[in-house]
Amino acid sequence: MTAAVEFIGVSRHFGPASAPVKAVDGVDLTIAEGSFFAMLGPSGSGKTTCLRLISGFEKPTGGAIRIFGQDVSNVPPNRRNVNTVFQDYALFPHMNVRDNVAYGLMVKGVDRRTREARAEDMLALVKLDGYGDRKPAQLSGGQRQRVALARALVNEPKVLLLDEPLGALDLKLREAMQDELKALQMRLGITFVFVTHDQSEALSMADSLAVFNEGRIAQIGTPAQVYAQPRTRFVADFVGSSNVLSPDVTRAFGGPSKWSSLRPETLRLVPADGLALAGTVTTIRYLGANSRVSVNLLGTEVAALLPAGQTAPEPGATVGLSFDPTALHVMDEA
Amino acid sequence: MTSAPAILPERGIADRLTAIFWRHPRLLLFVLLTPPLLWLGVVYLGSLLALLLQSFYSIDDFSGVVKEEFTLKTYAELFRAQNLDIILRTLLMSAAVTIGCAIIAFPIAYFAARFARGRWKAVFYLGVMLPLWSSYLVKVYAWKLILAKEGIITWAAEGVGLSMILNAILAIPGIGGNSLSTSPMGTFIVFVYVWLPYMILPMQASLERVPNSMLEASADLGASKAQTFRTVILPLAMPGMIAGSIFTFSLTMGDYIIPQIVGTSARFIGLAVYQLQGTAGNIPLAAAFAVVPIIIMLIYLTIAKRKGAFDAL
Amino acid sequence: MHSDRASLGLKIAAVGGLLFLHLPILLIFLYAFTTEDKSYQFPPPGLTTQWFGVAWNREDIWPPLYLSLSVATIATFIAMILGTLVSAAMARTSFFGREQISLLIILPIALPGVITGMSLRSAFSIMDIPFSTWTIILGHATFCIVIVYNNAVARFRRLSGGILEASADLGANSFQTFRYVLLPNLGTALLAGGMLAFALSFDEVIVTTFTAGQQSTLPIWMLQELVRPRQRPVTNVVAIVVFTATFIPILIAYYLTRSGSETAGAGK
Repeated sequence: MTAAVEFIGVSRHFGPASAPVKAVDGVDLTIAEGSFFAMLGPSGSGKTTCLRLISGFEKPTGGAIRIFGQDVSNVPPNRRNVNTVFQDYALFPHMNVRDNVAYGLMVKGVDRRTREARAEDMLALVKLDGYGDRKPAQLSGGQRQRVALARALVNEPKVLLLDEPLGALDLKLREAMQDELKALQMRLGITFVFVTHDQSEALSMADSLAVFNEGRIAQIGTPAQVYAQPRTRFVADFVGSSNVLSPDVTRAFGGPSKWSSLRPETLRLVPADGLALAGTVTTIRYLGANSRVSVNLLGTEVAALLPAGQTAPEPGATVGLSFDPTALHVMDEA
Repeated sequence: MTSAPAILPERGIADRLTAIFWRHPRLLLFVLLTPPLLWLGVVYLGSLLALLLQSFYSIDDFSGVVKEEFTLKTYAELFRAQNLDIILRTLLMSAAVTIGCAIIAFPIAYFAARFARGRWKAVFYLGVMLPLWSSYLVKVYAWKLILAKEGIITWAAEGVGLSMILNAILAIPGIGGNSLSTSPMGTFIVFVYVWLPYMILPMQASLERVPNSMLEASADLGASKAQTFRTVILPLAMPGMIAGSIFTFSLTMGDYIIPQIVGTSARFIGLAVYQLQGTAGNIPLAAAFAVVPIIIMLIYLTIAKRKGAFDAL
Repeated sequence: MHSDRASLGLKIAAVGGLLFLHLPILLIFLYAFTTEDKSYQFPPPGLTTQWFGVAWNREDIWPPLYLSLSVATIATFIAMILGTLVSAAMARTSFFGREQISLLIILPIALPGVITGMSLRSAFSIMDIPFSTWTIILGHATFCIVIVYNNAVARFRRLSGGILEASADLGANSFQTFRYVLLPNLGTALLAGGMLAFALSFDEVIVTTFTAGQQSTLPIWMLQELVRPRQRPVTNVVAIVVFTATFIPILIAYYLTRSGSETAGAGK
């Protein structure tokens, strides 16, 4: 399998060389062709800059970027066969939907009949047939996003970049679009790279993902790997809000003297009958399908998920914690 | 469908230039900025420097020829009694016009900002904008017609039997005169009229930023209308008023058309500059006179900036 | 709020203020029809339309009108190019000296006209440049740049920056982006700026008197008539022409930009 996008020691620093702001700092990354790749991280972690480095709106201050094996250091955005679905969609307000979608073909010199027919096909693909004559201002947020998608896909890009594509949509629409995007990607076979700060979105849609923190990649892998075996405290906490246990607490849980991660859903509440692992319930957060119970144990807050239907203990009660020892994931960080 | 190349070929000169601008974004900035900066730098800044330079030259008293040697003699001339008179008179007029504009502008700005809605908002906006932009000279001319001895004001005063009052005003020494169109009073009225929109717009802008909730809060706390006005609305309108005053003050100070057409023959800075460079041919003294408003405005702007007036611009 | 309605006194003061701004102009029109041409007698002793014919046949009006039109046209053209360039540079990027440049653009209109005029006059005198149509244009274009700039930069700010990137992303080169995306979105703002610049230039008298030498633009012709009146109603006819030539572009500029947040002319 070829690499669609490769980052080789890529950095993007802003500001003076003496005190640079390192938006992206020495990133190595390979995105396989045909994959649905997520860049996950909090805001300011460098994920959007990485996306803009691929599209060409940012230039690396160090390292090299290859798209399908070709170095793109000297290739401006308009010559990269890569298209972007922008966060705010960036539809052309003065053009109707059809002209928006046909724009990429127009600037490449495709004749009007052909490009309009192709635009209509694309609108059908994103379920917007019949909307060609409307102006972007007359569309809803979800519809605008589909137009942005069609406008990018009509160019048959080698890589489609999506910058927080679902951020502006409400919850229900977002879930529907997640399924649609996934289906579309499988059908077209185009490499999708999308940026998000929403870990559940990244886990559910991507077939591999990179977790960004402070301009660097903290971990790269499949969603299952990243979720079950976080490499760092940051990843454990950011992806799935795991219990991050200090070396001391890890030892109390029966592990080595290292940092570890213990997923809340692997912890069970049991009566506190003289067990070593017992603590005081501090807060209970009702989440619908389950409740998140925080227990103060050895001075550390440890969260456990209590399935709905089970009676929750009162805050202040003493409870014991039991867990499957294999669930305790010990990290490399000392 | 993924058979297309990842990198599209370069098509022609346009693509090549695009790539150059992309690789060197400063180059594009340079290309964009060079023509306008050359123009403003050479034509405008160059001229301002020339003005400064001229003001340090002097004129030969006998031959009337400009001596191109550095001297402070010309600036010293500004301190002669008659010239100080001109500067003082101009400052007084500018201050009076500014206050007059502020008083008339306030109700208009306040109404437009707080009560005008929909159609009326547009009416007020256009109603202020059109006089702002429409011909300056035509506006001045209109007042020449109005203030003339045989004009509409005299006629109206006679019609309603107020000639006495008009004559009484004209009899006041210092501001009165033969008729309104030949009195300092007339000059003042025309100045106020012509620069009024410059006061209304920034004032309205700063009043529009006063949230209704703040006025309601003041009322809730038991303030009377007068108290609310004095303690809440007026201070909040202040930045706009100062911003507007920059215009009214500066424009009055530099004007030389209005005192020429409506008023006595008493000179103002603008008129002095105009006459000195023209009929008198004393360009150095004209230049030195022109530097005076620049210095006054610099002082004025420094004070205004401290009061936060620029946020309302 | 104890009253959501304006008090009667405020209403009277506000509407009265607006009328104060507008009524005087009407007199210009009235006096163009008066039969009295030696004084500004009110009410006019009689009404006639003869002055329009007289004005039409006055040889001394046509050259200034022609000069004013050509100066305003050329100055507007130059200002539109320079103003657009500088607004494009200033709209998005931040660079060293940006503040200074914005001050430099605004200065010609922030300082009283007499200073701009006297400065140009000093420069022409030092460099021995003879007065000509071009010396007038030089001054006009300088203070018109800021008008175009204000309009264009406001629109640039409102434009979503994303659409220029989107255009490049979709394969357009810089020139295509300019033609298909930037120009259509900037067009009305530029046109409005041009209209206002034209109005400003056509009407300008303060700077012009310092840069015109022996030539007369229409406002200078008017000024001479004001100082030494001959046939007064003819001056009114010319005033109507000047008023119309500024009023119409202003209205057009207003309608071009009224839908946006940056309605033209809010700052002169």
